[in-house]
Amino acid sequence: MDDRAAMEICVAEAEKRSGKNAVSMQETFTVYLIETRPMDAVAEGHNPAPDCLWRRYSEFELLRNYLIVTYPYIVVPPLPEKRAEFVWHKLSADNMDPDFVERRRVGLENFLLRVASHPVLCNDKILCYFLTEEHGWKEAVYETGFQAKADSRLRALSATFRVRNPDKCFMEMKHYSDELQSHTSQLLRARARVADRLYGVFKVHGNYGRVFSEWSAIEKEMGDGLQSAGHHMDAYAASIDDILEEEEHYADQLKEYLFYAEALRAVCRKHELTQFELEMASQDLISKKQQREELATGIVRTFSFKGMTNKLFGQEAPEQREARLKLLEDLIAEGEETVKEKTIERHVEKAWVDIQRFKEQKDKDLREALINYAVMQISMCKKGIQVWSNAKECFLKM
Amino acid sequence: MSISAPRGLASSGQKPITEILHPLSAAEEPLSPGPDVTVSGGRDKEVGLTNGTPVETPSPASASVLFNRLQLDDDLDSDGRDPYADTETHDLFVTVDDPKKHVSTMETYITYRVSTKTTRIEFDLPDYSVRRRYQDFDWLRTKLEDSQPTHLIPPLPEKFVMKGVVDRFSEEFVETRMKALDKFLKRVADHPVLSFNPHLNAFLSAKDLNKRQGLALLSKVGESVKNVAGGYKLRVRPPEFCAMGEYLDTFNQKLGTIDRIAQRILKEQSEYLTELREYGTVYASWAGSEEELQRPLEGVAGCVTTCCGALEDMSENMGQDFLPVLREYILYIESMKNVLRKRDQSQAEYEGRLEAAVLRKQEDRTPIPAEVEKCQDKMECFNADLKADWERWQSNKRQDFKQLLTGMADKNVTHYEKCQAAWESLITLLQDKQTEDKTSCKSLWEIRQ
Repeated sequence: MDDRAAMEICVAEAEKRSGKNAVSMQETFTVYLIETRPMDAVAEGHNPAPDCLWRRYSEFELLRNYLIVTYPYIVVPPLPEKRAEFVWHKLSADNMDPDFVERRRVGLENFLLRVASHPVLCNDKILCYFLTEEHGWKEAVYETGFQAKADSRLRALSATFRVRNPDKCFMEMKHYSDELQSHTSQLLRARARVADRLYGVFKVHGNYGRVFSEWSAIEKEMGDGLQSAGHHMDAYAASIDDILEEEEHYADQLKEYLFYAEALRAVCRKHELTQFELEMASQDLISKKQQREELATGIVRTFSFKGMTNKLFGQEAPEQREARLKLLEDLIAEGEETVKEKTIERHVEKAWVDIQRFKEQKDKDLREALINYAVMQISMCKKGIQVWSNAKECFLKM
Repeated sequence: MSISAPRGLASSGQKPITEILHPLSAAEEPLSPGPDVTVSGGRDKEVGLTNGTPVETPSPASASVLFNRLQLDDDLDSDGRDPYADTETHDLFVTVDDPKKHVSTMETYITYRVSTKTTRIEFDLPDYSVRRRYQDFDWLRTKLEDSQPTHLIPPLPEKFVMKGVVDRFSEEFVETRMKALDKFLKRVADHPVLSFNPHLNAFLSAKDLNKRQGLALLSKVGESVKNVAGGYKLRVRPPEFCAMGEYLDTFNQKLGTIDRIAQRILKEQSEYLTELREYGTVYASWAGSEEELQRPLEGVAGCVTTCCGALEDMSENMGQDFLPVLREYILYIESMKNVLRKRDQSQAEYEGRLEAAVLRKQEDRTPIPAEVEKCQDKMECFNADLKADWERWQSNKRQDFKQLLTGMADKNVTHYEKCQAAWESLITLLQDKQTEDKTSCKSLWEIRQ
């Protein structure tokens, strides 16, 4: 994608579809409409019809996996959650639930916007195809061969290994990513529990509505006031639904950074892995060079079976020695290449740049999220004051 | 109809002014003693047995009607005071406060200071200050019930508390109980008849309440024996008292429901509070691992803590002020139902005796004995007292509940106002920081660069 052809992207709609899946079973799934328009056309005031295509969640996942493997030093923006987690009891955990689908639509749009505005990722061809080529995109992705790299990488990431010279900064960053993950998930769980309880408090007040109404029936002067107050209590009880629905947006913002923490950790881990591979390669290179030296000078400095057998059974023939030396030279040349590669592969600079970019984005986004949360709380307080003041007016008229 | 004598009731030492002010005695309208005297033969039992006045006619015992009439009567206004005035002259002020714990070898108990200020001549001094314990209040209430059975006596807070479940000496319990005792005493002091009861006088002024517990016990027994021995069954309760009974039943039910709802809300709020506290600590602990976000996160943690405090205050208030008043009224209703039953008793007795007397008269022309008239007076007195007290009670109830419910609304408003203020100040803090120059703190990130 050309930097100049900046695009306006949005995930406009969601629709249910039915079809046969990979094992020929009938399934229902949701597809999302991606609309794109060239930015300059919009800026110039034209209003061209957007290009659009439909994609389902699994295709977004495929795109992201491709990006993670292809750009291991980039903190790749996360997708909205696959299944509803951290639900408080009234909230549906059903993937087909319209509210869930809507929040997912917003999350997918957010993902695309973040990827498209990333200084490195935005140039990726596969990303471009994803946005413009409805058919043939999958083939293009598989053709990149990223899956081969993905498998080995995943295996490596879960393996345990010890690095001799860990990069202090990356280690601390990895530690931070663990903290971020832990804190955001704790917060999401605690928030869900709070939401649950608050729901209960509000709904019980609805009972006041009923009993005030019944009571007003046996009263003369007090009747009207009680009846009206009862209505306000009903309104109070009903208001919690909207309040908590809105709070889900805040939860979604937190979730994004929960998943971002994973992405950050992956970058650090990849760095660690590469560092380990580099150390292995360097180690190997040193030992090969030593072997060459021994072979060339005949001085054995290190213990080796070859050395032992030489001592026991006598030295080998000069032709054999030459052959072995040649082989070693080749291996050493290869080894040096590997070391060079691995050194570069650590992408220390690039990773650090992206981590810095991520850090600034995180601070800004989360601060905004907290402000929005405070705004929501204030709105809830104002509603509460309104309802109870109204109720008080009714009580005064009793 | 005789106007003399204390109205056939067990009270002793009723002062003349109390008699004169009795609704029935001063009425100009001739109160028909009941159709039995005028109707020949009294064959029409139904008419005879019901309270003579048809429902449409304003009852002669209607409080306001009588009070107005009383004001016209010069005799009553001899000393310029009219305790029956609608806008009641307050000349007796009582307060219960200053709880103190007393430890003796036998027991530990709490006493309260009962202070009185009055201009009434029934009292020797204008001021009194005595110490009383719950037992003494209980004694007073029993005495009032016995001596003024036709009146509604306000309730006391619950006597028994389960040891081990409730701490009888905890500040909250003592505070709640004291407020209820204060209310009880004030209600008695405000009552136009009860406030002149000599037992109240003794309670407020005597240095040492010579309670004569034994006698009190006996008279209680006597009363109940009287009731049982009467054995008269009421046939028809007059409609206005039926209405009272029905109202009390329904009201009792509704109060019970409200009590349950209020308790449930307190429970839910307490559980919410637990989660909210935990929620606040998560923000605080997250702040520890952040740099730029540390202050904002700590700010949020602080807000949440403030909200917790505000909620705690409100819940405490509800527990201490709201629930006890509800419970008080439930007790009140119980005692009112008792009074209604006693009224039914007195009507049943009268009708029973009347029926017997009329039968005898038919048989051997024995005239209706004076007792029957006395019973009738007693019944009518009861009816009048009850109706007057009922109106009073309704009016007080309205005020009390208006106050109670507006209080509840106020507490909720205050709670939200506190929370709103906390969040608003946080926003100011957060938005200020946004415009602040962020390069002020050197961080690991920047060093790396």
